[in-house]
Amino acid sequence: MASASVPGRRGTWLGRTVLWLIMASVAAVFAAPLALMVLASAQPDERSGLADVGGGEQGGDGVGGAIGLLSSAANNYGRVLRDPAVDMPGALRNSLRVALLSVAGMTISSAVVAYGFARLRWPGREACFAVVLATMMIPFPVIMAPTYLVFKQLGMIGTLMPLWLPSWFGGAFSIYLLRQFFMSIPRELDEAARLDGCTEFGVFLRIVIPTSVPALAVVALLQFVSSWNDFLGPLLFLNHQETYTLALALHMFQSQHGGVGWNLTMAATTLTIAPVVAVFVFAHRAITDGIGTQGMVE
Amino acid sequence: MSNVRAIARAAPWILPWILGVAVFLIAPLGLSAYTSVMDHSLLDKPVYVGLSNYRQLLSDPLAGRAAWNTVVYTCLSVTLGTALSLSVAALLGQGMRLSGLTRAVVFVPTLVPVVAAGLAWSWMLNTQNGPVNLLLGFLGVPAAARPDWLGSVGWAMGSVVMVSLWTVGSFVVIYSAAMRGVPASLYEAAMIDGAGPVRRFVSVTLPMISPAIAFNTVMSVIWSLQAFAVPLVMTRGGPEDSTLTFGMHVYNSAFVFGRMGYASALAWVQFAVTLAFVLVGLRLSRGLVHSREGV
Repeated sequence: MASASVPGRRGTWLGRTVLWLIMASVAAVFAAPLALMVLASAQPDERSGLADVGGGEQGGDGVGGAIGLLSSAANNYGRVLRDPAVDMPGALRNSLRVALLSVAGMTISSAVVAYGFARLRWPGREACFAVVLATMMIPFPVIMAPTYLVFKQLGMIGTLMPLWLPSWFGGAFSIYLLRQFFMSIPRELDEAARLDGCTEFGVFLRIVIPTSVPALAVVALLQFVSSWNDFLGPLLFLNHQETYTLALALHMFQSQHGGVGWNLTMAATTLTIAPVVAVFVFAHRAITDGIGTQGMVE
Repeated sequence: MSNVRAIARAAPWILPWILGVAVFLIAPLGLSAYTSVMDHSLLDKPVYVGLSNYRQLLSDPLAGRAAWNTVVYTCLSVTLGTALSLSVAALLGQGMRLSGLTRAVVFVPTLVPVVAAGLAWSWMLNTQNGPVNLLLGFLGVPAAARPDWLGSVGWAMGSVVMVSLWTVGSFVVIYSAAMRGVPASLYEAAMIDGAGPVRRFVSVTLPMISPAIAFNTVMSVIWSLQAFAVPLVMTRGGPEDSTLTFGMHVYNSAFVFGRMGYASALAWVQFAVTLAFVLVGLRLSRGLVHSREGV
């Protein structure tokens, strides 16, 4: 390889440096909004919008400036959490409750349905699976108004149920992902278990589930993120303060305090984002691998 | 007989999904079709009005405006988004130092709740002390020439598209995975034939990952045609309805003005148009997409 590129080595080196710089600036541009958001959330009220940081003069304050930032940050986050108009800690609890219930529901039910598609033979299976994939193409906004009417008929408007109940019936992408994984498990294992007197459900529970932990984790993680980030659901189905999830509370926080105090708004925004980013830091391999397989859906 | 038994054996496993589709998909679609021929204000009893909701749609100037905005938004965000995510994926595929970290940094914005993304960008773009305009000032752009990103008719849609470009991370990840799947032997063969890096990208990479591109383009057209959470948070459709999307018009009709019947008619038209786009798109892409069996 190295000897082949001798004539162009200098050019290659230059080219790679330029490419690397382009990549670094792409990273900087993508990171900037979140990084600046965190910085803005630490500003005291009178600066509020980062005028100094943006101008690059913040560094001049040195250690004193850093300590000042930390104390104003603590002050800002404290004010957001104790805000009298919007109950952020309560919203955090609601978001967690919805996320846990929908993660449990999505993982369990998609595994059951995927087993039916991956390990059992029945007439009409392929056509039925095509319908599963097709439902992925129906976006929620198209059916949002009638879905509201359905939940109204069921008496669930104003409760958290519309946000997590549907996930107990499986999701198209999760079913697809788990089906692919289940199909790769050797069938000899099932046969052996059946000879030992295992029922169909026993095979599912003792053979398929334990071998599929990585795929189940991907499904759980993706569902956590999508439940945490859901905005339209809470916007449509919740109608009083005590049930607000974090995304909706943040929306309300901004409309209540509209215009004033970007530092507080950015502190509230940072609080909303932090949990998903934390989950990503722990599990980014699993999440990006799961997303990557979407390209293989055809 | 064995068919019946096989279905009976599989039924309990598939049942949750069938119930879910019936209650959360078929029922809403049916209800929506029914509601679309009714005058349904949520408070009063629905009254049958025939096709008048659909007829009204044709003479609603706001619906026309919203449809046009949605087409503009979709064209811009899908073409720019595809170009951006393909280039970033190609860049990340060069195996340079820190490209793993860059991929993570590019992906993180897709995890940000849409309200939070909208707020972070509203702050980035605000005219008093937003970092974007501060940067422009630092680069010597005079105050009068710095755009009012979210407050002017000319820039607001561009700003909304910009936020959508910020969240292309999942496409980057999908394209990266697809590019890793291209056999190295093809690149070697192309190099022996004297193809440079650009030629290799156009003649080897793009055709080989075309199924992923087609799939993602179809999906992002579908989603862009429904977009409304970001403009709802950032601009509420303004200024002067310049960022009012069709989805937002449906939402406003249903939940702000309480006109469920009219909103359902709008949603059905939106659904029909989306479906038509997808079918045409799939038909067109069949000719362009490289299929593995053909190798």
